[in-house]
Amino acid sequence: MNEISQAPTVATFDCRVAFAETLIELARTDHRIVAVCNDSVGSSNLNAFQKEFPDRLINVGIAEQNMVGVAAGLANGGFVPYVSCASPFLTGRALEQIKADVAYNNYHIVLCGQSPGMSYGELGPTHHSIEDFAWMRALTDLTILVPADPRQTRDAVRWASTANRPVFMRVGRFKIPSVTPEDEDFVPGRASRLRDGRDVTLIACGTMVSRALGAADQLAQKGISARVLNMTTIQPLDEAAVIEAATETGRIVTVEEAIIHGGLGSAVAECVVQNKPVPMRILGVPHLAPTGSTAFLLDHFGLNAEGIAKAALELVG
Amino acid sequence: MLDRQTQGADSNALIAKILAADETTRSELLARTATEVRVSILNTIIGPKMGHIGGDFSVADILTTLFFGVMKLDPDNPNWQERDRFILSKGHCSAALYSVLAMRGFFEIDLLKTFMAPLSALNGHPNRRKIPGVEANTGPLGHGLPIGVGCAIAARLAKADRRVFVVLGDGELQEGSNWEAAMAAGHRGLSNLVAIVDRNRLQQGAGTEDTNRLEPLADKWRSFGWEVHDVDGHDHRVLYDMLSQPGGSQPRCLVARTIKGKGVSFIENRVEWHHKVPSLEQVQLAHKELAV
Ligand SMILES: Cc1ncc(C[n+]2csc(CCOP(=O)(O)OP(=O)(O)O)c2C)c(N)n1
Repeated sequence: MNEISQAPTVATFDCRVAFAETLIELARTDHRIVAVCNDSVGSSNLNAFQKEFPDRLINVGIAEQNMVGVAAGLANGGFVPYVSCASPFLTGRALEQIKADVAYNNYHIVLCGQSPGMSYGELGPTHHSIEDFAWMRALTDLTILVPADPRQTRDAVRWASTANRPVFMRVGRFKIPSVTPEDEDFVPGRASRLRDGRDVTLIACGTMVSRALGAADQLAQKGISARVLNMTTIQPLDEAAVIEAATETGRIVTVEEAIIHGGLGSAVAECVVQNKPVPMRILGVPHLAPTGSTAFLLDHFGLNAEGIAKAALELVG
Repeated sequence: MLDRQTQGADSNALIAKILAADETTRSELLARTATEVRVSILNTIIGPKMGHIGGDFSVADILTTLFFGVMKLDPDNPNWQERDRFILSKGHCSAALYSVLAMRGFFEIDLLKTFMAPLSALNGHPNRRKIPGVEANTGPLGHGLPIGVGCAIAARLAKADRRVFVVLGDGELQEGSNWEAAMAAGHRGLSNLVAIVDRNRLQQGAGTEDTNRLEPLADKWRSFGWEVHDVDGHDHRVLYDMLSQPGGSQPRCLVARTIKGKGVSFIENRVEWHHKVPSLEQVQLAHKELAV
């Protein structure tokens, strides 16, 4: 695991590939599965799906509110729609449809937020989706998944076909290394402990998991033992794992590629403060981003191994 | 490089010439300026190797006519209350907007070299908090026309005779918000509002008619209470006439027939050039074609 920290030789992956391949695989045997999108066939990597299942790809055009409503109607007819759309427009434009048509109806719909976080770096804040955790978390009927690598993306896409409830998942485009151990089964609602530690717990999701592991390496060199939790499901939160971390390590740093209000950090803090108050740091995006690539912006906001290690060091004192 | 003020003075002189000229000379001058805009777009997007060249080129003649022939603007005083309002609703074509704004003297031309660079004021979609002349932060499609309707109502309430121009993508019209705004503008007879649809028949992944049909498009606008004109979106004479003419009793919509990628043969009318970026060789070829 140690090599995972920012070593340039580590292979990195665009999770859209695993997303699209898994969806096709599932659709071959599960005839309920349809894809719904908004002029986003190419950007969602759905060209092959469209080729194999032309009737089961419903491209409504540039019309996200309609897209989510249409998905609700399809779910009503017994289909399982995977709605695939750039996350800012899916969660922003169609928020009320997600609330009323999807969550409140409790339809089995899988909302796939493509290019989430700051994946569209240079395109600017209109195209960033740093608010999606906060917006989706306010809808308590949604399960929220944030896969941290291709393997988790595959497992999340598969699991979602059996969820029988509304699911929101991020599908990353920013290339990230693999972090999931070969023998680990994906269990929704369960944190995965990638590293054990006594002094502090780093709780991360999505793109931040490999960086949290990098931070743990840096901390180890300073004699600090950091636990690393991959919190793939941020709703419902694995409260047991959080309380255990608070109890056993006494300090928690959360890190997410999202606005620091209302996301993973807030979820963890809500749990910690009501069960086992301990000092915390919440790392993420503090405000709308300036211009720059995803990699630049992540560094700009200290969302890298160094930044995470620094926050942990401040807590450990 | 010219500083902003000299650039602004030069463009004011050019505009004076354009306005004083006879029809033929005026369209020639506008056409020449539009070519400069296309060259600027090309130079702008090859820096970051990102951008939306197809839609930039298709809208270049419309933007040129508006900024160099029609709109009342004061680059030295970008917040002048009586200025005409312009909103690029298809905000992904920021390189086209930035180019005309810079050429018009709203900011230094040199700034275009920082397009999408770290910490630049020119991010991929226009930002009014960073760039003078930008009225609204666009990028998510379907926002411009509602804001334009508000601008038009504001002008009326203020008893001001300023006008409001909104440029929309055709694929963008699949967003329902446009039609909510169109209905409101028709209902209120907002004759100070002009919507220009860049009707290039392509959207991001395919043709508009293969994705979600828009036709009969002119009839749609008409039925919402708009005065509609079907025009050639690359004909500066027609564009100038239709855009400079004061409004009657209804909001006006130009369905401007355009070619996505207009001006460079291998970019024209090809869906993949929505956001493809030319290679070095292609850039040279493009410069050659634009020079003719
Ligand atoms: C709400 C929203 N959905 C999706 C997109 C992604 N997108 C950017 S440009 C584009 C196609 C726009 O087509 P059109 O309006 O015809 O513009 P043009 O062809 O002139 O570039 C799409 C789907 C977006 N920017 N906003």
